[in-house]
Amino acid sequence: MSALIDLFSVAAIGAGLFFFFAGTVGLLRFPDSLTRLHALSKADNLGLGLVVLGLIPRAENPLAALKLLVVWALVLLSGASTAQLIGRALRRGRK
Amino acid sequence: MSVLPALDVGLALLVVGVAAWTIAARNLFASVVGYVAYGLLLALVWVRLYAPDVALTEAAVGGGVTGVLLVTAGKRLDALASAEVGVPPGRALKILAGALAALVAGALAWVVLTLPSPAPSLAPAAAEAAAGPGAGLGNPITAVLISYRSFDTMLEKVVLILAVLGVWSVGADAAWGAAPAPLRKVRPDGAMILLAQFLAPVGLLIGVHIFWVGADAPGGAFQGGALLAAMGMVAMMARLAEPPRIDSRKLRLALVAGPAVFLIVGVAGLALADNLFAYPQNFAKPLILFIEAFMVLSIAVALPMLVCGPPNGSPK
Repeated sequence: MSALIDLFSVAAIGAGLFFFFAGTVGLLRFPDSLTRLHALSKADNLGLGLVVLGLIPRAENPLAALKLLVVWALVLLSGASTAQLIGRALRRGRK
Repeated sequence: MSVLPALDVGLALLVVGVAAWTIAARNLFASVVGYVAYGLLLALVWVRLYAPDVALTEAAVGGGVTGVLLVTAGKRLDALASAEVGVPPGRALKILAGALAALVAGALAWVVLTLPSPAPSLAPAAAEAAAGPGAGLGNPITAVLISYRSFDTMLEKVVLILAVLGVWSVGADAAWGAAPAPLRKVRPDGAMILLAQFLAPVGLLIGVHIFWVGADAPGGAFQGGALLAAMGMVAMMARLAEPPRIDSRKLRLALVAGPAVFLIVGVAGLALADNLFAYPQNFAKPLILFIEAFMVLSIAVALPMLVCGPPNGSPK
């Protein structure tokens, strides 16, 4: 059973790392701010979500697991809002 | 080299690199962003040094509040239109400034390198105080802050109040008593309002939680207070709240509440526990939490008032 849980954690965290890697590559390689923003928000939302998913079975107690989920939710909220704010500021700057 | 030391070396190099980039950045905003990143990386360094209390403070103050303060200051300088277009300093001045900075850094390095071994330390005395008068608190950091070095902790908050007074006093005479200008002139974006509406209640809860667990686990008055202050700033940036008038009695009471309560309890220690800033043995923990609650209030009010700036507009 614990081997299965380990396997699940490794798979989820590995997938999360892949999204972080892809997001970082996008941040460095994409041509303009809007596309870079797009790459970054994927890394934050999906990458961190998968890492949290992989860590939940390893949490000491249900409260710690809940805290992990809250951390992810807060990053989702702030990531989505700041991406909106930066995107709108960019559009205003272009006009 | 195993994984963790390699990560530590990478982290240390990253901190130095970001610090150098922050100094070298030509643009004011870019260097502020660099400074915020530097503060967050430094928080990770503190975690690696097994100092989660310091890490929390660094993340909240070094990464968060100072960043907002610097961005706001930068915007005000931009409005004056003289921040970056002024005459660049001459070569002699640059060399002099560099030499002075090198001298200070060199003197500090010399002091650190020539420390006797073992270095003089207050740690045993602090540990004794944490085990004695601060007993009952599970978090030795809080015990040391409020019990062993209580006078310093109180004066730190007085410094915050003095800083707020300093900011207020650069306003025009005619504006004295009025409220500082709103943090945003135009109506903010829907995304900002949504963020503030969702984040502020959660942040308030986490701020109070960090203060409350500070007695027994990493956390404490400053960390919790800084988080509450940040939520206040978020609400003001979304124009869900406006800066209060600086002659408001409530505001002024909240500002001085922390140090005032600390001082009163400290002086009462003279009668109740035979010493200034001593606490009765069996009553230390509730007293310390009582003091800290007012400290949280003062910090949560003082930091946003620093960001809001001097009073602006007409009194009454």
